Amino acid sequence: MKTLVFLEHHGQAISKASLGVLSKAAGLGGETAAILAGADLAGLAAQAGSFGAGTVFLAEDPRLAAALPQPRVDVLAGLVAGEAFDTVLFAQSVLATDLAAALAVRLDAGLNWDLVDLELREGTLVGRRPALSDSVRIDVGWSSPVRLALFRAGAFDPVESDARAELRELHVELDERSLRAELREAAAEEPSGPSIEDADVIVAGGRGLGGPEGFALLEELAEALGGAVAATRAVVDAGWYPYPTQVGQTGKTVSPRLYLAVGISGAIQHKVGMQGSGVIVAINKDPNAPIFEYADLGVVGDLNEIVPRLAALVRDARA
Amino acid sequence: MKVAVCVKAVPDTVAGRRIDAATRRLDRRGELALSAFDLHAVEEALVLAEGHDEVEVVIVSLGPPAAADALRKTLAMGADRSVLVSDERFEGADLLVSAAALAGALRREQPDLVLFGQQSPDGEGACLWAAVAEALRLPLISQVAALVLEGPGVSGRRQTEFGYEQISAPLPAVVAVSDAINQPRYPSLKGIMGAKNKPQAVLSAADVGGAGTSRTTVLALAAPPARGERRIVRDDEGTAAAAIAAFLVERRLL
Repeated sequence: MKTLVFLEHHGQAISKASLGVLSKAAGLGGETAAILAGADLAGLAAQAGSFGAGTVFLAEDPRLAAALPQPRVDVLAGLVAGEAFDTVLFAQSVLATDLAAALAVRLDAGLNWDLVDLELREGTLVGRRPALSDSVRIDVGWSSPVRLALFRAGAFDPVESDARAELRELHVELDERSLRAELREAAAEEPSGPSIEDADVIVAGGRGLGGPEGFALLEELAEALGGAVAATRAVVDAGWYPYPTQVGQTGKTVSPRLYLAVGISGAIQHKVGMQGSGVIVAINKDPNAPIFEYADLGVVGDLNEIVPRLAALVRDARA
Repeated sequence: MKVAVCVKAVPDTVAGRRIDAATRRLDRRGELALSAFDLHAVEEALVLAEGHDEVEVVIVSLGPPAAADALRKTLAMGADRSVLVSDERFEGADLLVSAAALAGALRREQPDLVLFGQQSPDGEGACLWAAVAEALRLPLISQVAALVLEGPGVSGRRQTEFGYEQISAPLPAVVAVSDAINQPRYPSLKGIMGAKNKPQAVLSAADVGGAGTSRTTVLALAAPPARGERRIVRDDEGTAAAAIAAFLVERRLL
């Protein structure tokens, strides 16, 4: 087995999830290498070298400054073919998902995603994936010479070792067609304000609230329960509630004892940020909402009636 | 200008989804419904069509013959016609086979813009748009929360793990939209009546360049670690708040 792990970075930090995948890959044996692709890798190469990779490939080019997938497909496709890698692994993210899917097509390589584990079973590579809102667990395999996999963020913890990888700079060749999508502007959002990550109880609101004024209901309920208020990406994007309160793939990952989802449909993007919660209660008027598939208690009804009534009941119970 | 919207009809969640133990595939018999996430892509295409002259909106899908009924909803919303790739040879198609089938259908249509929703609710993968963009060698913008046509191209604002980005690309391009982008319309009665007369084409595997071989396999199915019983209650008589409070007491959360 000859494995390549894509290390994702932002600024001068390598994603912990991708280092976790690298450590996992190194533990499976065979040859393990990692690839960093960006415009300024000087400070990153050293960080990458001590998580189990024998070699860290560096693709440094100003055209790789933006975190866009298509130029990276060119880099990885060339490297996989040139070095005869048979396995390429990624930690799931906005960038890595697009990159892995496109690379699968370029290399005619099978891609299994949302994996939580990977093992060699009598020489055969087997991935493990929860499916149908985690109601079933599936063992998956590959029938192509090159095997690609995306892992859930946080599937593995990075394990640091004393070993140092050999660093190898790559000559970067990019197809003009891969450079047509261009980053025009990026605005970093710095986390600020009250932290939802430490809250025992979270009352979260989504598009079903109907507008920013709907959050007043949630704030009242959260206060009664002694919890914090969180939001989905859809309402943060719409400007109804601030970004630091966002739960989901591109927001925060939370695991409170109680997660009360109000007017939230339950997209995967949201689910990955809260599926570790102790007890999940969902209120939604749409009986088809995916959130009901992983809520311990699902309530189909009008949140405008239920939430104030529940807040009053909670206050009474605590009084 | 032609906008193609790729959508998927999936088993209705009310009926409950299951995986067939014999084939190890999702059981796709029974009622199919359009993925709610795809409706945002359909809506965005219709908004673009309303804001610009002579925009044709074509719905493109891969699925069993019964998917045609689900696609009619997009025609009722205002799309002009639908193209369904349907062939027994696509049963159990993995990402590569599905992407090749959709790319084949899109090559026939030569759209200026290809739209996707943010995920498929059954496969749960968010991989298809990037695979289709690669198969067609078109520029890709994913997770788009605001989209504008800009000169000869398209520009999208999106949220990633690190904040917001504005990305532009020349047409033709592939864009995957997030559910934050709009509120899908409900079909009007007039739209529902009119949909019956709109063209719904069906393509075979041969029409889209054949059906390839899946590169991934399902080896085994197992029950997941128990999460415990799930309960659903309906707030028919205004008793739901009390039911939630009782549940919180039972779980020692109150």
